[in-house]
Amino acid sequence: MTLRNDIAITPDLVASHGLKPDEYQKILDLIGREPSYTELGIFSAMWNEHCSYKSSKKWLRTLPTKGPRVIQGPGENAGVVDIGDGQAVVFKMESHNHPSYIEPYQGAATGVGGILRDVFTMGARPVAAMNALRFGAPNHEKTRHLVSGVVAGVGGYGNSFGVPTVGGEVEFDARYNGNNLVNAFAAGLADTDKIFYSEAKGVGLPVVYLGAKTGRDGVGGATMASAEFGDDIEEKRPTVQVGDPFTEKRLLEACLELMQTGAVIAIQDMGAAGLTCSAVEMGAKGDLGIELDLDKVPVREERMTAYEMMLSESQERMLMVLHPEKEAAARKVFEKWELDFATVGKTTDDLRFRVLWQGDEVANLPIKELGDEAPEYDRPWVEPKIPAPLESDDVPQMDVAEALLALVGGHQCSSRRWVYEQYDTLIQGNSMQRPGGDAGVIRVDGHETKGLAFSSDVNPRYCEANPFEGGKQAVAECWRNLTATGAEPLAATDNLNFGNPERPEIMGQLVKAIEGIGEACRVLEFPIVSGNVSLYNETNGRGILPTPTIGGVGLLPEWEQSVGIGFVAENQPILLIGGPAERGTHLGQSIYLRDLFDRRDGDAPHVDLAAEKKTGDFVRKLIRSGVATACHDLSDGGLGVALAEMAMAGDMGATVTDVEGNDPVLTFFGEDQGRYLVTLNLDPQGPEIAALWKEAEAQGIFAPWIGTTGGTTLTLGGAKPVSVATLKGAHESWFPSFMEGEPSH
Amino acid sequence: MKAAVIVFPGLNRDRDMIAALTKIGGEKPAVVWHQDTDIPDADLIVIPGGFSYGDYLRCGAIAARSPIMDRLRERAARGTRVLGVCNGFQILIEAGLLPGALMRNNSLKFVCREVKLEVTNAETDFTRGYTKGQIIRCPVAHHDGNYFADAETLKQLEGDGRVAFRYAEGTNPNGSINDIAGILNEQKNVLGLMPHPENLIESAHGGDDGRALFAAALKQVA
Repeated sequence: MTLRNDIAITPDLVASHGLKPDEYQKILDLIGREPSYTELGIFSAMWNEHCSYKSSKKWLRTLPTKGPRVIQGPGENAGVVDIGDGQAVVFKMESHNHPSYIEPYQGAATGVGGILRDVFTMGARPVAAMNALRFGAPNHEKTRHLVSGVVAGVGGYGNSFGVPTVGGEVEFDARYNGNNLVNAFAAGLADTDKIFYSEAKGVGLPVVYLGAKTGRDGVGGATMASAEFGDDIEEKRPTVQVGDPFTEKRLLEACLELMQTGAVIAIQDMGAAGLTCSAVEMGAKGDLGIELDLDKVPVREERMTAYEMMLSESQERMLMVLHPEKEAAARKVFEKWELDFATVGKTTDDLRFRVLWQGDEVANLPIKELGDEAPEYDRPWVEPKIPAPLESDDVPQMDVAEALLALVGGHQCSSRRWVYEQYDTLIQGNSMQRPGGDAGVIRVDGHETKGLAFSSDVNPRYCEANPFEGGKQAVAECWRNLTATGAEPLAATDNLNFGNPERPEIMGQLVKAIEGIGEACRVLEFPIVSGNVSLYNETNGRGILPTPTIGGVGLLPEWEQSVGIGFVAENQPILLIGGPAERGTHLGQSIYLRDLFDRRDGDAPHVDLAAEKKTGDFVRKLIRSGVATACHDLSDGGLGVALAEMAMAGDMGATVTDVEGNDPVLTFFGEDQGRYLVTLNLDPQGPEIAALWKEAEAQGIFAPWIGTTGGTTLTLGGAKPVSVATLKGAHESWFPSFMEGEPSH
Repeated sequence: MKAAVIVFPGLNRDRDMIAALTKIGGEKPAVVWHQDTDIPDADLIVIPGGFSYGDYLRCGAIAARSPIMDRLRERAARGTRVLGVCNGFQILIEAGLLPGALMRNNSLKFVCREVKLEVTNAETDFTRGYTKGQIIRCPVAHHDGNYFADAETLKQLEGDGRVAFRYAEGTNPNGSINDIAGILNEQKNVLGLMPHPENLIESAHGGDDGRALFAAALKQVA
């Protein structure tokens, strides 16, 4: 089929491009005439939610994005943070939710490919990846198929590309039944004086197309990702792109080699809305026009129209502005890697975006307005209704040992080994802490002692109940996980997944979550340096749980000081650092309530950010002083589950006391925030630990000695002892049996 | 002792291998690009792991037909030590330097985890640093490591001490026949190995069981 450029622009055609009547009117006002078919496509690509952030921009501006170490905040392909010694970490997280639901393998694979490209576009070699995955209820008919496809796709791309997956999340909830989430994170290393940006500079310079050829795959993908799903979802399969990690790997090597030659002035990867978005962005940022000659674009399908070429989302492609005198050297690099290299246009001084095809000018649009001046909305929103806190005597009872076993062997807290063993977690030889702990830790290549820690976190249950506290908690938990390895949290990236922003209650969730994220980032000095917003995550009018995923990066001056979560030696005192004197009090929105009593009520736990900071700084200092042998933060399932995780990771038991006067259910399963478990190589009766308690007390931090490591069973207060082997059996078996078709619950 | 590493597009453990050879041998290996017409003088030539040509067609099949492989065959015939790890092993098999086939893992999934290996023959230029029957730790990371050979070939491999390593203690991650993890050619100067000893050579890796293999392979020929 060949689409012509003179197709009549009807209201239906406008609507099918995801443009509202007032937006179309804005186009007419802007260009003073009816747009051509290609131009309509270009507008739809640039002005959709995915590319323009038109619903979220107003609120994203409120986030803290600066800090002493921040070299580049949001607005580029990825954020850049100084890690000393002339090195920088470059990172971002991005969603590929809609494509992964339609076609799980390719959707997830190209999500990984896209985020890796964002990182190496800036001149950084990718060194770590994470994936935050959220699926529907385990017993939903599509879940197993989606899990299997998404995990294989993430692995298929990342393993072949050659980046270690060091962490991530996998969660299940019926609210993702019709709309799973795939949030892909990547981080790379670069020299601070060799960071590459997308801003074009200089008039009359060659615009060069690099990488794979252009096909029809993904045409209209970004527009698809900006709409809700209905029952016609199968028809959207052709909008999903197909990944080729082999080409991406060559593109990485070729780009890094090319950057060494000094030929690159500006570079932008072709992601959502491909050629259109990358060309407009480079021109608009540099206050330059761009002229593209589509007849020069390498294509792999016949008779592609201008419209299709401009909207194709074929993967593994780059656009660059090059120094003309170095074009030949640049071409040689790409020929070595057997990739396409074509000069497809030039920069101009007229601030127009002009597209030529078969001798015709098929588009001539004002470039700044396409990008910078896209519509922006202040959408109406309502204050979320926060559920009443649980009554203090509302503590549903269950045997503590049985509850523990059910939780560690349930879908929320069970081992994710089935997932992460399909990812290469070792490649590059720098993985110090692999998935299964609080955060992934890698050594920094080219430095003797430096390490980086990575964690991805959000608790959608909390965000649903209380978006503001949930937003705070997502940031705090990420910060806490980094701290638990001994790292200093540096900065974060946010991937905001929400429903339809045109509904005021969804917009309210977004607004309040961003407010919470902003507040936590300010207090914890943990700026947001990059991110992505994914809206319209709903199917047939039902939204997902609000899911603002936070991906954080921390710095370890000496990776050898880092600790893991597993108990390491017998007879070591276990301290619970942070939280209230009762150890545990808050059962609202807990996993204990949801998974053992099918109750989703109460308010989410609140995060006291000042206490969070104080406690985290105390714990980090302790780890770096060398007296801590293991550390684990408390999250889903509270103290009980955290202790079990430490026992299972270390293959060693422990005996832990009850708190007099507190219900053991609250003590062991309350999800109060800002708490860590630490084991110490200190004599619990000795002077060093006394000095430590004195310091904690002076700072107003509770740090009670709650138990001692050792033996082969875990004993929680008066509950019957559970053998570590039994815990491990339950913990390890849920996922494999689920995938084999025997979900327990 | 000189080492050389052959790199095909799509390999991705070349940097890991180069780092291991440099750390253990004290000297950076020569890096040979697949389009090069010759391999520099070396006592050990390594093809590292990864996804040469994206594993398209069949793992290792395209790389095995690269012109540089004729040079490698000549060197191997002259007795130069050749080590292929993971995709390197697949390439050596596809090139006919080692017998058998590496099929898709029996789980049908990519697998990355630590396994146990038994050193089956400790009298080769690659395994002298171990003792026969020694159990070592080693990571694996592959999708197609399920070794298979016909009965006749297996008999030869087993009878001539050409099985260098076997998955031990029930840790076979891929369904390999006879738990085979690594095999030698007839002259025992070519070793193909599915696991990744280069990722377990220092305390930072949580162990150094892989180190002895490189230390032996990098030793001067007596």
